[in-house]
Amino acid sequence: MTDILKINDNIIPKFPKHVKFRFNKARKEWVILAPERLVKLDPIAVEILQLVDGEKTVKIIASELSKKFNAPEETILTDVKEMLQDLSDKGFIQENG
Amino acid sequence: MDDINKTKLKKASEHGIQAPLALLAELSHRCPLQCPYCSNPVQLEKKTGELTTDEWKSVVDQAVEMGMHQIHLSGGEPTVRQDLEDIVEHCTEKGLYTNLITSGVLLNLDRLKKLEKLGLEHVQLSFQDTDTENADRIGGFKGGHEKKLEVAKWVREVDLPLTCNCVVHRQNIDNLENFIQMALDLDAERVEIAQVQYYGWALKNRAAFIPTPEQLDHATEIVEKARIDLKGKLVIDYVIPDYYAKHPKNCMGGWGRRFLNMNPKGDVLPCHAAETIPHLKFDNVREKSLKWIWENSEAFNLYRGTDWMPDPCKSCDRKEIDWGGCRCQAMALTGDAKNTDPACSISPLHSEIFSMAAEEARRAPPEFIYRRYGVRFNSPI
Repeated sequence: MTDILKINDNIIPKFPKHVKFRFNKARKEWVILAPERLVKLDPIAVEILQLVDGEKTVKIIASELSKKFNAPEETILTDVKEMLQDLSDKGFIQENG
Repeated sequence: MDDINKTKLKKASEHGIQAPLALLAELSHRCPLQCPYCSNPVQLEKKTGELTTDEWKSVVDQAVEMGMHQIHLSGGEPTVRQDLEDIVEHCTEKGLYTNLITSGVLLNLDRLKKLEKLGLEHVQLSFQDTDTENADRIGGFKGGHEKKLEVAKWVREVDLPLTCNCVVHRQNIDNLENFIQMALDLDAERVEIAQVQYYGWALKNRAAFIPTPEQLDHATEIVEKARIDLKGKLVIDYVIPDYYAKHPKNCMGGWGRRFLNMNPKGDVLPCHAAETIPHLKFDNVREKSLKWIWENSEAFNLYRGTDWMPDPCKSCDRKEIDWGGCRCQAMALTGDAKNTDPACSISPLHSEIFSMAAEEARRAPPEFIYRRYGVRFNSPI
């Protein structure tokens, strides 16, 4: 594992190889799966993580969400960074690069 | 258990219990190692009774339809099955998160590459000690430790994430810091430091394994310090022997609430040790669907929820936290599976059993009673 990541606007987040962001058809819910770990997600987290593709920066993700939900970008950016930082601290998000 | 009215047993849905989260699939009880704390039942299943490839694939289909998220391919030693690749491929196709729990000694680099290509997502590799000679003595398999170190490197070489599973006890607990360093050196994501849990084989060998309370406290200090020092670098999961805990562990997150376990012949169990409870009757996937079993199986419904509990569990405000602790441990140590787990400090038998174990820990350890499957795998040692 790498050193602790500090999420900022220009980081390109991605899921580590062993972490899967998946839709469980039977339960009709998105979850994060990792070794002996299961993370249930709220609808906002799902919207953010669907944009985590290993190409978009944190800022681009926030900008796309701000357009989609017609909400102020600054507020969304704060929320996105907070959520990704939390997931990164738990080892579910890393930086692409 | 005779006084539990079986006709009034509530089913999973009547307890508000949803589908299980994960399936522990014991593909085979065959194993080249002979660890004296093996979690398999004392009566091991023979190869001829094992489910076929197609039967396991059907189990996977059913697990996915029910909404399960993960499968742990375990044993015995799951890599003894030549169809492991087929099973892994099928799990991937169906979208299950697939974890291999292995001793590693039968693996080679080509097979690992193949498993990774087929979608295997994680490997848990067991270690008996960091000292080569002692590790091989505990596992009863000469050359085992060296091979495991090599396999760990291959796992990382094919870019699979690695967890080191380290079972600790009085005969290797002094190497705890070395276990953690080994996990770092092997570039593991995660290390499980699990004190031996005393059922089946391990209970037979308790006097050889149980640490003193002082040894345990020291171990806990080391783990707590390492967790701080290695935050963000290595995840450390730690399981203490609950003989020395105040509250019992909430075994399996509660009986029949979150997980299920299948043995090699397809019996569906609430946990891997459930066969140590002699009056339980298990349903089998060759006869019933997994969904039917989860909902209706008597073995699950007997100890689901809290209705079955006698005092002191019944009137305890932790009854929906601990769920009465572990049924198998209650059976093994008190002779009745519905008694309060004696690991609980409120159990009337706690002090008697605790002091017996602590006394065992102070004496010289006896010889191991090894888990023996068959002679053909065993290297002389």
